[in-house]
Amino acid sequence: MSDQSATEAAYVVEGSEGDRWAIVVGLEVHVELATATKLFCACPNVFGDEPNTNVCPTCLGLPGSLPVLNRNAVELAMRIGRALRCTVEPSVFARKNYFYPDMPKDYQVSQYDKPINVDGELALPDGTVVGIERAHLEEDTGKNTHAGGGGRIHDADYSLIDYNRAGVPLVEIVSRPDIRTPDQARAYVAELRQLLVAIGASDARMEEASMRVDANVSVRPEGTTELGTRCEIKNLNSIRSLGRAIEYEARRQVDLLETGERVRQETRHWDEDGGRTRPGRSKEEAEDYRYFDEPDLVPVAPDEAWQAAVDANLPELPASRRARLAERAGRPTTDGGVALTVERDLDALAHAAMDAGGDPARVLTHVEHNVPVEAAGGLDPAQLADLVRLELDGALTATQAKTVLAEVIASGRPPADIAAERGFEAMDTSALEGTIDEIIAANPTEWDDYVHGDDARRGKLTGFFTGQVMKATKGQADGKVVNQLLGARRAAALAGE
Amino acid sequence: MPTPISRDDVARVAQLARLTLTDDELDRFTGQLGAVLDHARDIEALDIDDVPPTAHPYPLVNVLRADEVGATLDRDEVLAQAPSAEDGRFRVPTILGQEP
Repeated sequence: MSDQSATEAAYVVEGSEGDRWAIVVGLEVHVELATATKLFCACPNVFGDEPNTNVCPTCLGLPGSLPVLNRNAVELAMRIGRALRCTVEPSVFARKNYFYPDMPKDYQVSQYDKPINVDGELALPDGTVVGIERAHLEEDTGKNTHAGGGGRIHDADYSLIDYNRAGVPLVEIVSRPDIRTPDQARAYVAELRQLLVAIGASDARMEEASMRVDANVSVRPEGTTELGTRCEIKNLNSIRSLGRAIEYEARRQVDLLETGERVRQETRHWDEDGGRTRPGRSKEEAEDYRYFDEPDLVPVAPDEAWQAAVDANLPELPASRRARLAERAGRPTTDGGVALTVERDLDALAHAAMDAGGDPARVLTHVEHNVPVEAAGGLDPAQLADLVRLELDGALTATQAKTVLAEVIASGRPPADIAAERGFEAMDTSALEGTIDEIIAANPTEWDDYVHGDDARRGKLTGFFTGQVMKATKGQADGKVVNQLLGARRAAALAGE
Repeated sequence: MPTPISRDDVARVAQLARLTLTDDELDRFTGQLGAVLDHARDIEALDIDDVPPTAHPYPLVNVLRADEVGATLDRDEVLAQAPSAEDGRFRVPTILGQEP
């Protein structure tokens, strides 16, 4: 994104007097790591098991139990850090003390002033770079279900606790307040999610809460640099709610400031049904967690050899995959189809078909539009290359190629055989010219408009004439050739006037 | 020398630890905690700018285990230790307003 377009894309909240307010957003993303066991004990790390079946003395906080750190959790945390261009540092665990029954120990073990990963960045597809302040290891808490009353926390009579999730390894990724629009916030989470899945660190499913997003939102007059008072928005269950919550919260803060009130620093909960944020507890009160170094755990200081191994094992990241695919297929790196193909993990298939001699632009078009993700595994890239070759040789039209491809995917048989069976062969041009002339003669008003109308009108009528030709030829005609012939007829008509 | 800890500080720490203290107890503990902190002042007097803080006496790092599943406890036995359980879960009083 150039500076110019960045300015144009800026998100502004307008006040009642026409004042303009800019928003500042930082995101905290918690991801559950894809380990076999919990962070400090050997209980299985599994989503959806019967409540309280994956528990042991350590994660239940029973007296005399001691934590031992999971090597794989450290490894995955480092993978996340290095993929986000962080520096890996010697790190220390600390106890975060609070009274809430989701942790039976009455503290959560986290990394506080010495996190394992610091100072990274994540580049968004549009070119915006969001700084990463830190990405640290911590343990997840148990799951509360509020029971009785209306089932909500405000009118609950009691709570039921499942400790299966207590002690599951998390990495908390804290961005810098570099995000300026709801779109950027959404793009950041989408990009981060893709990266986490690509490096095998987490399945990052927001709907299963293995990825949870909190947003720190503040506003300030457009053009100023001092940060306003922020609120932390929790309970964001989807990328869509994230965008809505930021828009709502920014508006709420602007309305407060415009009426001379101040924004209170607090945690607020997103209410999806009501489309609003509601106050949670007061932050000043609850934030006294009395952190101190966890005496039962020694520091984690991965040596250079371990870090080098992590780097060497990192796969190519989505941003680089997008750039490589876009370049090969002759599209811009910000192309939506390129992004979609990488997100669906179909870029390897596209490259393989290109390697097998398939025209890159056509291969990508087919992968983008005509290859269902769930069926992609059954498609031989060489057959996709063959299909594209038939298409470019003129033996198949684009529409026919799509039909044949569907059958190749379903049956695994060679595209040429399928095309022959279906009687697909491109019409020769002279037959097509005759058809076009008949259609022109049958639609003189439309044709006159096509010849003399403006570009928009002609674009519409191109669709009309192509449709007529396709109908007359039962889809056998090549749309590109039809277009060329129509253009040639128009040039001839204009020259004859 | 000012008192190292005020009565209000002690009251706040007590509140964070969910302890209910009487006025007499607040006075007594303010004095006792003050004495502990006075002792720490002896250490503050030393020049330790070059000494890195540590939570452990030994220079151990990276005590790690393999990511292999081990034994878990029997749920019925676990829940039997709790004052109240329901539906395979621990049952606890309402926790309004204290969510971290």
